Amino acid sequence: MKEILSLEQVSYSYPTDDDEVVKAIDGVSLSVKDGEWIAIVGHNGSGKSTMAKLIIGLLFPQDGVVNVFNEQLTNENLWDIRSRLGIVFQNPDNQFVGSTVQDDVAFALENNGIPFEEMVKRVHESLKQVKMSEFLDHEPHHLSGGQKQRVAIAGALALRPNLLIMDEATSMLDPQGRDEVIRIVQELKQRTGLTVISITHDLEEALLADRIFVMNKGKILQTGTPDEVFKHGEQLESIGLDMPFALRVSELLRKNGLSLEGEHMTEEELVNELWTSHFKM
Amino acid sequence: MLEKMIFGRYIPGDSFIHKLDPRSKLLFVLFFVVAVFLANNVATYGLLLAFTLFVIFISRIRLYFLLNGLKPILILIIFTFLMHIIFTKEGTLLVDLKIIKIYEEGLRQGIFISIRFLVLVLMTSILTLTTSPISITDGMEDLLNPFKRFKLPVHELALMMSISLRFIPTLMDETDKILKAQLARGSDISTGSIKQRIRAVIPLLVPLFVSAFKRAEELAIAMEVRGYRGGEGRTRYRQLTWGSRDTISMVLLVMLIGALYLLKG
Ligand SMILES: Nc1ncnc2c1ncn2[C@@H]1O[C@H](COP(=O)(O)OP(=O)(O)O)[C@@H](O)[C@H]1O
Ligand SMILES: [Mg+2]
Repeated sequence: MKEILSLEQVSYSYPTDDDEVVKAIDGVSLSVKDGEWIAIVGHNGSGKSTMAKLIIGLLFPQDGVVNVFNEQLTNENLWDIRSRLGIVFQNPDNQFVGSTVQDDVAFALENNGIPFEEMVKRVHESLKQVKMSEFLDHEPHHLSGGQKQRVAIAGALALRPNLLIMDEATSMLDPQGRDEVIRIVQELKQRTGLTVISITHDLEEALLADRIFVMNKGKILQTGTPDEVFKHGEQLESIGLDMPFALRVSELLRKNGLSLEGEHMTEEELVNELWTSHFKM
Repeated sequence: MLEKMIFGRYIPGDSFIHKLDPRSKLLFVLFFVVAVFLANNVATYGLLLAFTLFVIFISRIRLYFLLNGLKPILILIIFTFLMHIIFTKEGTLLVDLKIIKIYEEGLRQGIFISIRFLVLVLMTSILTLTTSPISITDGMEDLLNPFKRFKLPVHELALMMSISLRFIPTLMDETDKILKAQLARGSDISTGSIKQRIRAVIPLLVPLFVSAFKRAEELAIAMEVRGYRGGEGRTRYRQLTWGSRDTISMVLLVMLIGALYLLKG
């Protein structure tokens, strides 16, 4: 499959007043292929948001190269590249620019000079994709957090991007809003083959990804499928991440002498293993 | 009290006036305000008052609601009326109450000034009551467009306006939250001396400002990554359409000004 994004030995440190320099991103290399769902996990301050900012060109690396859509990100192609990727941030309120849902979805279209008739078409199309069509004229303060994030996703989709980045887009939502947003993105990915980079410190959410990048202190500690990554549970816990509930339970059960077969990533898998395990004995 | 105030409030509806393009409404009010100063006799002031009542009638906003909402201003109007009656001493003496003498000219002036004041307030209220703030912003942006040539940052001003309007409810909620949080900690802004109250407001304002700056920063980033680079080369999603209604209202305006011109003394 085609490569859509790559970082080569990228380092970045924020300018500080004192001499002591801490690298927010420290020699990171990675590559993302077209159509993948990537989860980037790591505790607060591990450099996840900084990485997102390097990918959309809000920051430029001091060392190394960022390639997006096989082009090195520079000041010249910055706006062109931004028009082909979408990003959703953490706070639902602080990224809602328009006065109504449809105005907000149209914002990126207006900025890119899309003609009016085409805008109307795209606004409706994007809102349909996130199931917010009935909310066309709603004002932001009458929407829930999850609804606002869905509008933000629609706003990112309006330009028909190849890559969607979500920087902790679900972390300020209640469980219901969180599920709504995750489900929408999952469906989108299945239907359109969109490439998704989802930054999160929720490992349950990371389970949905094709590959997980684990970050710690500006470095990539580990890369792999969810199965591979969660095999090293202790390591994840040692850098302050909470293991998914099912994994924790199955590990504790094993420690207490219950023989369970295989790995259980989700609650369903675990429950199935538990109620069938008796028959095998 | 504040809930009843109708200054700057918008009442959605679908009357003729509601459906007008914001540009024609803005132009109308602008020229109306100037035309009011043409009036100087019974016929012209009568015409202005009748015309204003006609506009209120077709806006389908209840007169009672309107006057009730404008109470503070009505008090001011009555006050100016009384001042004129008491202090103008010209023309024939109408009423003589020993202490207060009412002269014909005083009464005339008082009534005229009151009508002038009243129609101005009513007309501008009708504008804001029937047009959403965002439409007013759009209309202003469009009308001021020619001034871009003189380096007036029309697009930026309009965007600032619309973002401010969009964030008012958000910041109100936040103020409320902070207020409650401080109340829970025993802060009290409703009692005590002025000095104590002012001091109690500070722990409310500081977190509000800190958060507003954080919001502004995040919003700026969100706008930038969605391709915002200023007004150059932008298209507009909210379209303004000039209809036959708007032409009709402009014709009415011209007729009104013409009539005032002919009737004035
Ligand atoms: N604007 C900034 N100025 C200075 N340092 C920053 C800034 N933003 C983040 N940092 C620092 O960079 C490191 C990585 O932060 P960040 O990328 O935001 O982490 P994450 O998103 O994983 O929580 C942290 O140590 C943080 O303190
Ligand atoms: Mg972050």
